[in-house]
Amino acid sequence: MTGGGAAEQRRHPRLRQGAVVAATLAVVVVLPLVVSQFRLALLSKYLVFAVVAIGLNLAWGYGGMLSLGHGVFFGLGAYCTGMYLKLAEAGSGLPDFMSWSGVSSLPAIWAPFRHAWFALPAAVLVPMGVAALLGASVFRRRVRGAYFALLTQALAAAFAILLVGQQGLTGGTNGLTNFSTVFGLEPGNPRTTQILFFAAAAAAAVAFLVVRQIVQSRFGRLLVAVRDGEDRVRFLGYDATRVKVVAFALSAGLAGLAGALFVPIVGIISPADVGVVPSIEMVVWVAIGGRATLAGPVIGALLVSYANTALSEWYPDGWLYLQGALFVVAVVWAPRGLAGLADRFRHLAWRPGSRRRAEVAVGAASP
Amino acid sequence: MAALLQITGVEVGFDGSLALAGVELAIDEGEIRFLIGPNGAGKTTLIDVVTGLTRPSNGSVRFDNRELVGRREHEIVALGVGRTFQTPSVFEQLSVVENLDLAANHRAGIRALMRRRRGVAPAVAEALEAIQLSDRADAQAGVLSHGQKQWLEIGMLLVQSPRLLLLDEPVAGMSAEERTATGELIERIAERCTVVIVEHDMEFLRRFARRVSVMHEGKVISEGSVERVRADPLVQEVYLGRSRDRRGHDPALDQQASTAEPPETTEVPAR
Repeated sequence: MTGGGAAEQRRHPRLRQGAVVAATLAVVVVLPLVVSQFRLALLSKYLVFAVVAIGLNLAWGYGGMLSLGHGVFFGLGAYCTGMYLKLAEAGSGLPDFMSWSGVSSLPAIWAPFRHAWFALPAAVLVPMGVAALLGASVFRRRVRGAYFALLTQALAAAFAILLVGQQGLTGGTNGLTNFSTVFGLEPGNPRTTQILFFAAAAAAAVAFLVVRQIVQSRFGRLLVAVRDGEDRVRFLGYDATRVKVVAFALSAGLAGLAGALFVPIVGIISPADVGVVPSIEMVVWVAIGGRATLAGPVIGALLVSYANTALSEWYPDGWLYLQGALFVVAVVWAPRGLAGLADRFRHLAWRPGSRRRAEVAVGAASP
Repeated sequence: MAALLQITGVEVGFDGSLALAGVELAIDEGEIRFLIGPNGAGKTTLIDVVTGLTRPSNGSVRFDNRELVGRREHEIVALGVGRTFQTPSVFEQLSVVENLDLAANHRAGIRALMRRRRGVAPAVAEALEAIQLSDRADAQAGVLSHGQKQWLEIGMLLVQSPRLLLLDEPVAGMSAEERTATGELIERIAERCTVVIVEHDMEFLRRFARRVSVMHEGKVISEGSVERVRADPLVQEVYLGRSRDRRGHDPALDQQASTAEPPETTEVPAR
């Protein structure tokens, strides 16, 4: 990292970095002009999923915490926003589904969500708080690996069941939908779709930069160290539990942010979007894109979601099988996913034996 | 003056048998103390107790007049107690310098943690020099040789400047030259801190040990200079095991020297 040669080496990636940023910005600006409103809304949804994947990668790829329950954190963020939108629509009355369920007065838990200044921060902070509580109690007892994965999976199942069961509070199976206003904008209006697309793109960019900063910081190295040798980290004098809790909470916060954007973009949040199956899909995005790589989760979320849409239009049931097959292929043959493959090809083509970039060098270890 | 490390009446039970059966041990500041004993004597368990990995059912471990029993591992490290493991456990996905950098920053605040590492801190550079890995600073730790990993691990302790170092078989699996180099490295470290070494290798022991404590079946049975301990009939009995009838053979310990692992007869009875 020192000496003249290194400085020269560094200039090249910086140039390339600039090119990537410029290209991304151009795409984001041009896309709304050239694609239909329907496609733009779909793209926004994919970007929201990318935010989830970026966060999940921090926990799983870099931290080794395989969460099969990120749908919970996504859902918490989404329901926080959904509650606000429902109340904004209802004005001084009750949200429509409550009246149908025979609820006569607004439940206390709903009241503060009347305010955007409460609901929007809550969409990020509630998932973070839940994740921190869960992490603090579970990681302290050294629950990890498959046990942790099972536990989070159970949590996702329980969360979905709870949502369905509390019809008057959560809208039950139907969830929260039929919003007549979206932060003062008219749903379905092309302008609204564009604004939401920019919001999703901005969220994805922020999530990417935040996670990149974390991964490249000492904390990021520490997180990898915890993944590969948690006990050893304790004997270096670090509180490994705290490291994991912080990373897991940040990861959950990003999932919550994604949930908060998902609701206005898609127009509905229901138990089907947050349970076991969506939670597993989130893991699939990261696995196929490439865990423990920075770009991988973004690519994975965008491509897999796009393929999902495209194939479902053509042959609905096939998609599930294909997705499963892709997941198995990625795990067995390409543990660092598409990003890992791309990296390998680039090295073959350009500079065989040259040093890998820092974010790739971290590699992927078993969960 | 009170000892730096004072272990009294430490007992650890596993499934009804005692791995440690009332260990008494005092280490003074500035010592290099060797801890030897047959397999299963409880040496590693004792280190585990001191460093907080295993909680004893009885007894106390006082370090610098502070009780260690009941504290968590990282808190004990923060007090100035470092350890290595029998198998080197460096972070293989990180570079050599990143390993040392993490070790050096264990007391750093959240600000320093959230920043990127820039350059190499003087303490880290010094440690790189001491463990002879300066030219491999940016190599991934996973590609190092076994001996180099052990040194890196010692280097990671070095940058933390602990007051007490517990080394669990630091030269196991090393070549003769590596052993000598490691011994010299440990002697240099010992100028700055107190060192306790668990070691089977008698050649190494003879060359570098000053005071030795012998453990057997969860107790310290003998203590003193290498000569004194070797002359102790109790120690001879433990190391001779069943072959005790073969008299006239003085060098019980010498026989062990080459084989590293003492006879099975001295395992703790498992019940």
